[in-house]
Amino acid sequence: MATTVQTGTAVHQAERYGNSRVSEALYRLLLYGAVILGGIVFAIPFYWMMRTSVMPTTQVYLFPPEWWPERFEWHHFKTPFAVFPFAKFFLNSTFIAAGSAIGAALSSSVVGFSFARLRFPLRDIMFVVVLATMILPEHVRLVPTYLLFVELDWIGTYRPLIIPNWFAPAFYVFLMRQFFMTIPRELDDSAMIDGCNPIGLFWRIHLPLSLPALGVVLIFMVTAQWNDFLYPLIYIQGVPNYTVALGLRLFEGHMTNNMQALMAASILGVLPTIILFFFAQRHFVQGIVVSGVKG
Amino acid sequence: MASISETQTQKGLASWFRRDGKPMKPSTREAWYGYLLASPWIIGFIVFTVGPMLASLIIGMYRTDFLTETTFVGFKWYQNVLRDSLVRKALINTAIFSFTVVPINTALALLIAVMLNQGIRLQSFWRTVYYLPSVVSGVAVSLLWKWLYQPDIGLLNSVLGPMLRPFDIDPPRWIFSTEWALPSLIIMAFWGAGGAMLIYLAGLRGIPTSLYEAAEIDGASSFRRFFAVTLPLLTPTIFFNVVLNIIGSWQVFTQAMVMTRGGPNNATLTMVLHIYNTGFQNFYFGYASAQAWFLFVIVLIFVILALRSASSWVHYERV
Repeated sequence: MATTVQTGTAVHQAERYGNSRVSEALYRLLLYGAVILGGIVFAIPFYWMMRTSVMPTTQVYLFPPEWWPERFEWHHFKTPFAVFPFAKFFLNSTFIAAGSAIGAALSSSVVGFSFARLRFPLRDIMFVVVLATMILPEHVRLVPTYLLFVELDWIGTYRPLIIPNWFAPAFYVFLMRQFFMTIPRELDDSAMIDGCNPIGLFWRIHLPLSLPALGVVLIFMVTAQWNDFLYPLIYIQGVPNYTVALGLRLFEGHMTNNMQALMAASILGVLPTIILFFFAQRHFVQGIVVSGVKG
Repeated sequence: MASISETQTQKGLASWFRRDGKPMKPSTREAWYGYLLASPWIIGFIVFTVGPMLASLIIGMYRTDFLTETTFVGFKWYQNVLRDSLVRKALINTAIFSFTVVPINTALALLIAVMLNQGIRLQSFWRTVYYLPSVVSGVAVSLLWKWLYQPDIGLLNSVLGPMLRPFDIDPPRWIFSTEWALPSLIIMAFWGAGGAMLIYLAGLRGIPTSLYEAAEIDGASSFRRFFAVTLPLLTPTIFFNVVLNIIGSWQVFTQAMVMTRGGPNNATLTMVLHIYNTGFQNFYFGYASAQAWFLFVIVLIFVILALRSASSWVHYERV
């Protein structure tokens, strides 16, 4: 009885080995083929953007298009700065992104801490509301918040883009709360015995431990604000106050026959988020895991 | 865990209502701190979420440009929404966008994640390649794709043209043709599948290898292992992402605004773009509000349907 079982397995294994070496190799070949092909498809638009930005004008509009520039012309990267105050646009975008990110990190960490660690009536209901607002299509608020900012006389300033983020955006509250839940409670108890009040507990123990999570909030917020288009479009007035996104669109209107300069400007426009991504890749991935996987 | 926090909340409630001048109990003090620290969210929720949502309902009853004119019109705008052929067009376009992008992107993201999870060499390199397009978004990407879609000298048709020539078919004119403009925006959205891919990849890594070993001992083929082990364990992650994607896809705006401005012939008019046009271009803020509520209700219906369906396909581990 025992032997038959064993031979059964042995036969099974032999079968698998004889057969599988070929099929395994074939499988790997197909797999790598698909990954590489897909990767090329995903990377080509970036390549095309770069290739266009350095091509001579005589070559860009050729048909069929050519893949490699016959010589590299870097001066297209100067054109955006010559036509519009692009440096100012970068400064404006940086100001909005930094102002929003700092506010979002501070407010959502404080709120996340209170949801994770303090006990108070209605807390659990409030947290459910936080989750519900995460899945709220935000455009239902577009017109009334505009009216609110008109009444406050904030139109034409950056306040409508920055200030709301100082009131703990739901997604980041969720992210911070999930992070604080992983900090061992023994730390709280010992700090409380030492006479720490909750604010001290947050400031001295939890905040220093949550720097990675704060990094995630900062990165996400900076990226979101950098790429945002609708809200700057509504609230920002006057070309010198434009963000990079608005500037790119303005630039497009003036540069219909200068594709190199437009692509050069686009590269410059996406470069900060790409650099941020490469420097903070680990945080990026971690933040996505915390927010997405445990959903 | 849930029951513990519930009883604690009840205890907190009891101390909350007892106000007899005695010194505050530690739990009451804790509650005060709780509200204090949660106040940024509470205030923000009232000022920037609940308040505006209610205000939006009321603004929807006025004909107003917020400057010269404010006339009460009752439910006129809300009735109009249902009759307006442009709203219907925008609704259909956005629905087509959402119902193609969400499932295809989910499948694509899963496929890439599973491929990258097969012990492939240079995994983090490939992960970056697939993920990078979703880091960059917005105007720059729309300008790039507008260039790729250029019918005469764009990249896409320079590849497609020679492939289609033997069949005597002209490549599509993409964003310049009424038939292909919306599909163009949809195809472009696939480029962003990397965001969900990253989440699924992380989810795949979280599946204990012991489960795979057990399945292998039972003689399960790799095909069967995927459908019996991987997919069920990944369903909570998939579900969360699908819900977020549904909401995001119904709010598509930047591409439509930058690449086509809703054209040609309203072929890419989306709901948010139409709301923007109505309110911030034509200054019918009341009507824009009514449309925004209409969109809100529609998205809510789909989110509720998704939540309802969860019990039949989302696999939650019993702890």
